[in-house]
Amino acid sequence: MDKTQMLLSLAVALFAIGLLGVIVRRSLLVMLMCMELMLNGVNLSLVTFAQQTGSAVGAVLVFLIFVVATAEIAIAIPIVLMMTRHKRTLDADAYSDLKG
Amino acid sequence: MIESFLANLDTLLLYVFAASALIGALLMIVLREPMRVATALISTMVFLGGIYGLLGVHYIAAFQVLIYVGAVMVFMVYVIMLLDPRDPAVTRKFSRLLVPGVVVFAVLLAVLVASMWRAAAFLDGGSVAAGGSSSFGLQQFATAFLSEYWLQFELTSVLLVAAVVAALAVIRVSRRERG
Repeated sequence: MDKTQMLLSLAVALFAIGLLGVIVRRSLLVMLMCMELMLNGVNLSLVTFAQQTGSAVGAVLVFLIFVVATAEIAIAIPIVLMMTRHKRTLDADAYSDLKG
Repeated sequence: MIESFLANLDTLLLYVFAASALIGALLMIVLREPMRVATALISTMVFLGGIYGLLGVHYIAAFQVLIYVGAVMVFMVYVIMLLDPRDPAVTRKFSRLLVPGVVVFAVLLAVLVASMWRAAAFLDGGSVAAGGSSSFGLQQFATAFLSEYWLQFELTSVLLVAAVVAALAVIRVSRRERG
């Protein structure tokens, strides 16, 4: 297999495994970590395409994604802590009364 | 023989790092305790950083380790230490959506792989330059960042300020709830 294809397959696999984790796992924190894994998969595909086309645009986008991921975690972690304090569990099923 | 081995060392390392990253991602689904999941995610991110280094984008590799492993995952580990280990979310691994989740995983993987094989003709156009011979370095990247994409760069600072304000607001709401 070609190197580009191998890296893109890895990116696809990481994204799909992250989505599987978000759906399948019970703990809110593990779901957050799986979302990070999805972001990492997208980053890998961006870097691969940037290397292939030789433009810096992909690398710039990867940097912006780093910033967005950091901001997302900085918001998500306090929210998870608040929810845990409220219901005393991280179980995603316990929050089913949140549905509109 | 040793020379040919050394010549192919980059490719070999690339495949080893890719396989290790994949194993770490799979372990994240299988392992039960949050701390082990976090460790698996950290190892996946470090191996991805190694892949970026092998691809020649060393600054992205450095930031991958600094920001993801250094900042994000330390935050995660910190929160895991605050959690109750007897929580049912920790003792029971999977939710009720196990079967639909696996079905969605299979469908998504099939669609993405099929579209990738279709695009194989496009992908054959250029190969990834592995092993330092990168087509753009830090200098081109920095110039492009601060001359072409300066607006996005400034907007990220606005985003970070908004994130800080939002985090403070969340903390204030939780304090008010506690009384």
